[in-house]
Amino acid sequence: MLLKIEKRSEPSKVMVYMTPIIALVLTILTSIVLFELLGVNPMEALYQFFIAPLDTEYEFSELFVKATPLILCAIGLSVCFRANVWNIGAEGQLTMGAIVGSSLFIYFPETDSFLMLPAMIILGAVGGAAWAAIPAFLKTRFNANEILTSLMLVYVAILVLSVLVHGHWRDPSGFNFPESRTFSESADMPILVSGTRMHFGTVLALLAVLGAWIMMSKTLIGFQVKVIGAAPVAGAYAGFSQKKIIWFTLVFGGAMAGVAGLSEVSGPIDQVLPSISPGYGFTAIIVAFLGRLHPVGIFFASLLMALTYLGGETAQINLGLPVAVTGVFQGMVLFFLLASDVLVNYRFRLNTVRKAVS
Amino acid sequence: MTTSSGETPQLELRGITKAYPGTLANDHIDLKIMPGEIHALLGENGAGKSTLVKIIYGVLEADEGEIFWLGEPVTIPNPHTARKTGIGMVFQHFSLFEAMTVTENIALGMSGRQDMKALEKRIVEISNNYGLPLDPHRQVHTLSVGEKQRIEIVRCLLQSPKLLIMDEPTSVLTPQEADKMFETLRRLSSEGVSILYISHKLDEIRALCHKATILRGGKYISECDPTVETAKSLAEMMIGTDLHAPIHSGEEATGPVRLLVTNMGISADAEFGVNLSDISFEVRGGEILGIAGVAGNGQIELLSALSGETSCEDAGAVQLDGKPVGKLSPNDRRNLGLAFVPEDRLGHGSVPDMTLTNNAFLSGFSRKNLLKNGFIDTDATEAYAQDIVDKFDVRTPGIDHTASSLSGGNLQKFIVGREVLQQPEVIIVAHPTWGVDAGAASSIHQTLIDLAKQGTAVLVVSQDLDELFAISNRIAVIAEGRLSDARNLGDITIEEIGLLMGGTHGMGEPQGDAHVA
Repeated sequence: MLLKIEKRSEPSKVMVYMTPIIALVLTILTSIVLFELLGVNPMEALYQFFIAPLDTEYEFSELFVKATPLILCAIGLSVCFRANVWNIGAEGQLTMGAIVGSSLFIYFPETDSFLMLPAMIILGAVGGAAWAAIPAFLKTRFNANEILTSLMLVYVAILVLSVLVHGHWRDPSGFNFPESRTFSESADMPILVSGTRMHFGTVLALLAVLGAWIMMSKTLIGFQVKVIGAAPVAGAYAGFSQKKIIWFTLVFGGAMAGVAGLSEVSGPIDQVLPSISPGYGFTAIIVAFLGRLHPVGIFFASLLMALTYLGGETAQINLGLPVAVTGVFQGMVLFFLLASDVLVNYRFRLNTVRKAVS
Repeated sequence: MTTSSGETPQLELRGITKAYPGTLANDHIDLKIMPGEIHALLGENGAGKSTLVKIIYGVLEADEGEIFWLGEPVTIPNPHTARKTGIGMVFQHFSLFEAMTVTENIALGMSGRQDMKALEKRIVEISNNYGLPLDPHRQVHTLSVGEKQRIEIVRCLLQSPKLLIMDEPTSVLTPQEADKMFETLRRLSSEGVSILYISHKLDEIRALCHKATILRGGKYISECDPTVETAKSLAEMMIGTDLHAPIHSGEEATGPVRLLVTNMGISADAEFGVNLSDISFEVRGGEILGIAGVAGNGQIELLSALSGETSCEDAGAVQLDGKPVGKLSPNDRRNLGLAFVPEDRLGHGSVPDMTLTNNAFLSGFSRKNLLKNGFIDTDATEAYAQDIVDKFDVRTPGIDHTASSLSGGNLQKFIVGREVLQQPEVIIVAHPTWGVDAGAASSIHQTLIDLAKQGTAVLVVSQDLDELFAISNRIAVIAEGRLSDARNLGDITIEEIGLLMGGTHGMGEPQGDAHVA
C-alpha cells in the first residue's frame, strides 16, 4: 500500500477552492479520451465546446440567458443543501412557478399594466414555494424522505403543464398547436441589452446571489440553516427548530425555482410550451455543489454550466456530436467533484517504511 | 511485581518522534514495558499520549525512532500487523454496531470467516475466565456502557495479546465495575500480559500500575513508580506546575431555590431511551448538586428535559426562580438565566465544523445581544469568543479555527466558558471533565465552585464519583429513570452511592427498588 488516506485535523480551506478546479481538469482529460473514442479531434471538440460559443457578443449574452435560471434554482437549492434538506425537485418547482406565474397573463391577456410583470414574478415565487411546501409538509408531518417526494413532484408538475398547454391554455388562434398565446409587452421580461435575449431575469438572479450571500453569512436564519445542516443536535441545543428550517429552506428553494420558471416563460420563451426547461432544475444541483453551496461560487458555476449547454449545441451543429454530450459532460463534472471532495477532509500520504512524508 | 531489570522488555520504544504540521506531537519518546507489567501512560491532553499509542498500534507511523518487540526491531505499519504481533487495544470510544449481537460485533473485528458457534464458545470461555460476564446473543444496544467495554476487552483477549493497551477504560464504569476490571487486569498481568494503561484518574493508577511514564508537551518527562508517588505529585509532574485542588467548603447552602423540579415524568421517545418517573429535586443558589449514575439510566432524558430540548407535559414540572418553564424552548429558558453544558462536546455543545466564533454565537446570541438590527454582529461575537479563549485559557491558534480542531479539554473549557460568561442563574453541566486532563479538569471544577459562590445554582451530572465528591454540596443518584433523594456530602459514602448506581442496572437480576427514601 503506497498511498494512505489520512483525516485532516481541520477541513482544508485551500481544497475547498481547489476541488472544483481539479474536477474540471479531470473532466476535460476524460472528455479528451471520450472525443477520441467518438472519432473526433479532441482539441477541435474542446474548442467547439468551450471557445466557439463565446465568439460573438450575442453568443456571450446567451451565456447569461442560460445561466439565469441555473443561478436562481441553484441559489435556492444551496440553502436547502446547507440544511441537509435534499430538495432535488427544483425542476418541478420551476415548472409550477412558470404555470402559476403565467396564469395571470393567460386569464387576463388584455390587461395592460406595469404591475403585470411584478405580480407574475410574485405568483411565480408563490407557485414554486407551494410546490416545495408539499415535500416540506410530508417531511415534517410523516418524516417522508424529501428526495423521493420532491423528485416525484417534478413529473407531476410537468404533466400538469402538459395538460394545461394541450388543454384550455392553448392559443385560440394557434391552429391547435400545444402552445399558449405569446406574452404581451406588459407580461414580458424587459430586455437588458437590445439585440440580445438578455432579460430582467438576470438582474433578479444577481439580486438572489447578493441576497442569499447576506442571508447566509449575516443573519440568524442563515446561521440556523448552517447549524441544523452541520449538527442538528447542536441546533436543538441552541433552541433552533429543525422543522422550521425544513419548511424555510424548501419554501425558499421553491420560490427561487418558481421565479426561474416564470422568468423563462416570460423571458426567452415568451409563451407557455409543453417543455420549458432543458433540465435546469437538475443541472442546478450540480451547479450548487460546483459552486461550493456559496452564492458567489454558484454564480461562476452557473456560467460554466450554461457554457456546456451552448457548447453542446455548437458541437452538435459543427461536429455532428450527439447533444447528449452535454449531459455526459455535466455528469462527469459532478462525479469528479464529489470524488475529489474527499480531499477537503482527508489527505493522501505516501506510506513509506521508515520515513513518512507529511 | 513480576518484572526485574534483567529481562528483555516486552515492548521498547526508542526516540519515537512524530510531527504534525505546526506541532511536534512526540519528541524522542522512550518507553519500556516489561512482560506482565501494568504500565501507566500519564499526560495532559495534547501531551502526545494518543499519538504514541496510535504509533504502537500501527494507526500512525512514526517519523523517527525504533520499536523493539522482545528485543527485536519491528515495524508496525497497520493495526492488523499490531494484532498479529500480539498487541491489542481497547479504545476510549467503542466501535460497535448497535443493532448487532455481541458475537457478530466481535466476528466483524476479526479477519477471515469465523465459525460463529466456536467463536461463541470462546467468548463465553474467555468472559468467564476473566470475570467479564457477557451474553453473546444480546444485541449491543441493550447493553450498558460497562458491558460494551467488556466486548472490546474480550475482542482483544480472543487474540491472546502479549500487550494490551487501554485508553481511559474506567471513565464509564461504576466503582464496583472498575474494581472488577482491575481484577481482570491484575489477572492478565499475572499471566504475563503487559498492559499499557492510559488514565487521568491518578488514584487508580497508583492502585493498579507498576510503572508510570509521564509525557508533557510531546516530550518524555520521567518514569516513576506510581505506588510511591502521591496523586498530587503525579499530577504536578504531568502539568509541570503546582496543582491547586479546588477549594470547596462542602457546606450546606441556604440560598433561595433557583431550580425546582417536581414530579417530572417523561416517556422516552427514542427507541432505546429510558422513561423518567417522578423526578423531584431542588438546587439552591450557591450550591452544587451532583447527580451520580451509570450512563444510560435516564441522564440524557433528564438533561434534555431540563435544557428544554424535550418539553414537559406539565409546565410547572420545571421551575426557574419560581417561574414555570417546563414548556419553554431552550432559547427562552436561556434568556431566563439557564445555561447548559451538554455531555457531548462535539456535535451537541458545539458544531464541529464551525469556527469558535460561530460556536460562541450558537448559545450566546440572545443573552449576549449578538444580533444588531437583525444581522449578526460579527465584531461583538468575535470579542465574545476571544474573551472566552482568554479568560478560560483555551489553547487554540485562533478563534477562526474549528471546534473539532481543539483537544477535548480545551473544547470543554471553551464550552464551559461560553456558558459561564452568560452569567447564568442556573447552570447544568453534564460530565464536566469526561476525558479531560487533570489541569483542565481542576480549572473547570474551580470555575463551577466560583460560580456557585456568586449565588448561581449548579447542577452537575457525572459518572465520576471522585469529581462529585470534590465539588458537590449534595449528591443524588439516578438509576433506571428514578432519582434518589439528595443527601449532604457528609451523610453518604462512596460505597453507598456505588450500590445505588449499580442497584438494578444491567448486571443480572434486579435487586429491589433503587429509589432511596
